[in-house]
Amino acid sequence: MNDIIIYAVIFLGVVGAASAVILYFIAQKFKVIEDPKIDEVEGALPAANCGGCGFPGCRGFSEALVKSVNEKQSIEGLSCPVGGNDVMAKVAAILGIVAEEKEPQIAVIRCSGSKENAPKKINYDGPATCAFAHNLSSGESGCPYGCLGCGDCVAACKFDAIYMDEVTGLPVVKDNCVACGACVIACPRDIIELRNKGKKDRRIFVSCMNEEKGGIAKKNCSVACIGCSKCFKVCPFEAITMNNNLAYIDYEKCKLCRKCVLECPTGAIHELNFPPRKEKVAEVESNVEPKIEVNKDQSLDTKE
Amino acid sequence: MKTFKIGGVHPPENKLSTDRPIEVLAIPAQVIIPLSQSLGAPSVPVVNKGDAVKVGQLIAKGEAFISSNIHSSVSGKVLKIDEAMDQSGYRRQAIFITVEGDEWMEDIDRSAELKKEITLTKEEIVSKVKELGIVGLGGATFPSHVKLMVPTGKKAEVLILNGVECEPYLTADHRLMLEKGEELMVGIKILMKGLDVKRAVIGIENNKLDAIGHLKNIAKDFDGIEVEALKVQYPQGGEKQLIDAVLRRQVPSGKLPIEVGAVVHNVGTAFAVYEAVQKNKPLFERVVTVTGKNVKNPGNFMVRVGTSINELIEKAGGLPEDTGKIVSGGPMMGKALNSVDVPVVKGTSGILLFKEKEARRVDPTNCIRCGKCITVCPMGLEPVLLAQYAELEMWENVEAERALDCIECGSCQYTCPAGRPLLDYIRLGKFRVGQIIRNRSKK
Repeated sequence: MNDIIIYAVIFLGVVGAASAVILYFIAQKFKVIEDPKIDEVEGALPAANCGGCGFPGCRGFSEALVKSVNEKQSIEGLSCPVGGNDVMAKVAAILGIVAEEKEPQIAVIRCSGSKENAPKKINYDGPATCAFAHNLSSGESGCPYGCLGCGDCVAACKFDAIYMDEVTGLPVVKDNCVACGACVIACPRDIIELRNKGKKDRRIFVSCMNEEKGGIAKKNCSVACIGCSKCFKVCPFEAITMNNNLAYIDYEKCKLCRKCVLECPTGAIHELNFPPRKEKVAEVESNVEPKIEVNKDQSLDTKE
Repeated sequence: MKTFKIGGVHPPENKLSTDRPIEVLAIPAQVIIPLSQSLGAPSVPVVNKGDAVKVGQLIAKGEAFISSNIHSSVSGKVLKIDEAMDQSGYRRQAIFITVEGDEWMEDIDRSAELKKEITLTKEEIVSKVKELGIVGLGGATFPSHVKLMVPTGKKAEVLILNGVECEPYLTADHRLMLEKGEELMVGIKILMKGLDVKRAVIGIENNKLDAIGHLKNIAKDFDGIEVEALKVQYPQGGEKQLIDAVLRRQVPSGKLPIEVGAVVHNVGTAFAVYEAVQKNKPLFERVVTVTGKNVKNPGNFMVRVGTSINELIEKAGGLPEDTGKIVSGGPMMGKALNSVDVPVVKGTSGILLFKEKEARRVDPTNCIRCGKCITVCPMGLEPVLLAQYAELEMWENVEAERALDCIECGSCQYTCPAGRPLLDYIRLGKFRVGQIIRNRSKK
């Protein structure tokens, strides 16, 4: 009985030792030499694997970072939108260089075609996918540039930072948005834009993408940009450009003076997170997207 | 009786307007003629705002290889060239013409007499068809002259005429075959000469016995033209299905019918070719069926391109009160309209008004794995797989399952007992795969 145990232990011990020697030489022969910095950098990244940086996951991004430093001693053009400046500073410290500060960004919805502002003209009963609805027709409100409300952006978001507002039928971006850009790619109508967060989270933007002539755009949506150029003329900083009957505010140039907001005849320009105006308190009661705010009780009544 | 081999369904026929003769619709006060009326690139306008135009005058030129000329359907003044909503619901470039009188171009022969003798040569026929803007009137609006130009190395043996009209409700082609039989035959002769083929077969489904009898009678006077009665089966009007039904030849995946020596034209196209070649009349009017169970006065109307669909509905007795959906084309492949203020184009074969109850889709439930969609698919695809891959955005698998072969006939969705939006997802898959393939070839 004891013999069997002894032989088995000796035999397996010899096999194990032989295998270890073989494996040692094979491992030496096929050794993959990898920069240890890649592991370090990956450790510093948020590990969300969202792809917001443009690389396949955080590992891919760390490899790109290390490669960039080895080649040109900088990480220019590479940044992790999720981690922001903090993470990039850590990464830069590991890599032994200085990171440039980047303005944090957030996604904004450039459409205010809520159920109230852009009422339904037709019924869409196909699959609830914006990509399909966009291919099929101009949408329920008739605006060929507006939000279709099927929620492809919500499905694309990996951070639970965007949700559909039941009342307005429009997506709403939450504060935890990291500007990875997944929703921007998912939206077939390019309504979502990444903009600088701005001082104290204050932002001004044209909440419309409609390039049609004013009259036609207004027919479908009461808060459409009609391309009247009033904001363009009033802007003291040349931050506004007019293109194809549509105003666009450059967030780099905009100094948040809010002159354009007052000037806009349709209310297509939105201001976010500003304190209430002194002279017109009534209009800016709730400072978050005042134009599409609806009393929730009221809308429930109409539903019934 | 012959029919195609794989799949197919037989929806209720509902041909309500079979016995209504083709009626000429009054010329409207204004027409809106969209610049993209055929497959391929949009045409380029050759008139300017304020120009006076006559009926049949060239107003937009098709400059790309797959593109077609567009002619004025009325006489009057060009009001503007601007964006107008077309049947897709999107605004596209169109020519607006205010109607003044009804003055035709001098070189159009307006007499009703039948002109049998074909004087033009093969090349002249092709250029005439191109010049006068003839496109496939079956619905796909593929420019006809492209189909007449047989690629080098290939040989056309048989011309197949599609008189199947397999879509329920529609009767435009049926009426045309009954009323314009002789003209149709001459048109076929012209197409045969253009293609240099000796044999032509008109495929007609067995639910149009009068048309079969009528055309068989006339065909005796025309060499090489046969009439073939086919078993009623949707989608027999599909090019590949028709070739299978008539010739028993299968067109390989991704290839054109010329690969098996066949060319398919619609009977409506053959009639338009007759008018173009013998009477010098461009394609600016067509027969449109206006029908629906609630429509007071369903019928077939000869209508000028650019006329508002609203006028057609008014002529057919007005919009019924509980209309739930207005479809341009047949019920299987047609497209729901966003508005009635959109113009009739060369590809509009019918206007269909559904009752509210008929218009609603059933709420989709889970797939029960019955495999009915696979049984009915005329292309031998697996719609359930395609739709699932498309829903999960697995585009490589969508491509591998031959999504691009799908002819979008809708048989799968029609037959699905769970009411799943199969075709919708397949269309999405086709669109994405198309994009991916184009990007690939760019690199």
